[in-house]
Amino acid sequence: MTPEEVKNIVLDIIADVAPDEELDDLNAGESLRDQLDLDSMDFLDIVMELRKRHKVEVPSEDYPQLATLNSCVEYLTPKFA
Amino acid sequence: MTTKYDTIIIGAGMSGLAAGIRLAMFDKKVVILEKHSISGGLNSYYQRRISSTKEILPLDVGLHALTNFARKGEKRKPFTKLLKQLRIPYEAFQLKEQSYSLIKFPDKEIKFSNDFSLLEQEIFENFPSEVDNFKKFCAYVSEYNEVDLNAKYIASRKVLGEYFKSQLLIEMLIAPLLIYGSAWENDMDFSQFVIMFKSLYFEGFSRPVGGVRTILNLLLDRYKELGGELRFRSEVVGIHEKNNTIQAVELKNGEILKTDKILSSVGLPETQSLVQRGEVNAGIGKLSFTESIIVAKNKACLKNQDATIIFYNSKPAYTYEKPKGLVDTSSAVFCLPDNYDRINQDGHAMMRITYMANYDLWKALEKEEYKTQKNYVFNSALELSYSLLGHKFEPIFSDVFSPTTIEKYTFHKKGTVYGSTDKTRNGKTHINGLFIIGTDQGFLGIVGSMLSGISMANLYGLMDE
Repeated sequence: MTPEEVKNIVLDIIADVAPDEELDDLNAGESLRDQLDLDSMDFLDIVMELRKRHKVEVPSEDYPQLATLNSCVEYLTPKFA
Repeated sequence: MTTKYDTIIIGAGMSGLAAGIRLAMFDKKVVILEKHSISGGLNSYYQRRISSTKEILPLDVGLHALTNFARKGEKRKPFTKLLKQLRIPYEAFQLKEQSYSLIKFPDKEIKFSNDFSLLEQEIFENFPSEVDNFKKFCAYVSEYNEVDLNAKYIASRKVLGEYFKSQLLIEMLIAPLLIYGSAWENDMDFSQFVIMFKSLYFEGFSRPVGGVRTILNLLLDRYKELGGELRFRSEVVGIHEKNNTIQAVELKNGEILKTDKILSSVGLPETQSLVQRGEVNAGIGKLSFTESIIVAKNKACLKNQDATIIFYNSKPAYTYEKPKGLVDTSSAVFCLPDNYDRINQDGHAMMRITYMANYDLWKALEKEEYKTQKNYVFNSALELSYSLLGHKFEPIFSDVFSPTTIEKYTFHKKGTVYGSTDKTRNGKTHINGLFIIGTDQGFLGIVGSMLSGISMANLYGLMDE
């Protein structure tokens, strides 16, 4: 899977987890938490959806890797390979 | 063949249903076991027929107010978090906001609404010398981490005494918070105080059109849609453990359901008494209540009273304790659910009047005397209604719940509503795999109960693997 496809997977999940957020102007290099109203409960949902939809496991010690959209793509792309 | 559940939830109240939704959402094998034939627990519903007209009246139990009001999409609010976690759209709750509520003491009255500036204005007018103290106190409350799962008990009155000079203002501020959630007499843990302060004064009250039924139907539909299993008329009579680890639950019909994880919403002492050879050491709250429901023919009788909830107190200080007699009529919560939506002038007008009550004295009454005393409570509530509405009216229906009614329907020991005086903030018990959700986990109100179910399901049902 290409990084672009992985990015769209992550964006799709965020859109379902936090439906009131505006994702069009998201800066991919900046913290998701700072730009969106996401808390630890929402990050848990992102991880749970990755597992449910794509069978991708993110152990809790790796949660910091999901800080920005870019870091999500970088961390997750090998897992989708 | 025996199937093993990932998690078994005891009780289909607000916390149990919310927890069930979270677990079912991520494909856990989960079952909710409910003793009664309907859901809701402390916040439930029933119906009665008015004998003269044969009309069926839908009635709520619990839910004077949905606290923690938030506007659609409002960030960082408990209600917004709740909707996201359950993936229920805001509009589905069909919330109607309170007009305002009133804290009514003999010499002063303070109003508050879903616009915090009203309360600030009221403090300015009634307690001008406390305005700065109030600002400082609110700043302190805003920053306070009330959901710290490891917090120790701090007496709220002590903290209030450090900020305010007027004892009357302290009484007026704490009265609604005590009667809307404290398991302790006359004071409450400061974490719980902060939860309540934010949920009542910063956020405010609303009510779904349709009341409790609307909320329960949303939760039930969501849970079923996700494939969750729910069994009514399935009373749990025992929790089985081996070497301090959960094995199974036993139902009244003898059926054994295997699991290694239980989320129990029935209360901490109540859960302890289900564990075989278990010791019950959690405190049982002293406070119980009577609630009178009075229905008037039409809404004309509300023309002089537009407050939604009145926290009424006839004495200079506020006492929140087990009454020496059957009931304490010197203070009350007076709720007018129709004043969430004054535009709608159709239908009857409803009043709900809550008094503090003494469980032990009610429990000891003989049948005839019990009826007489319920009638006394009704008459007191009716007099109070006349006084607060400013005129007399002819009720077309009335009903009174006593502490023994609460015990009978909720299974809560001694008819408590706000649970045990011991809370388990992290949800853990002395048994591995047995967790407490709901009031005894320490979050309050309907929104608090649901968030309790959600957070414990997240922590122990989803993350912990």
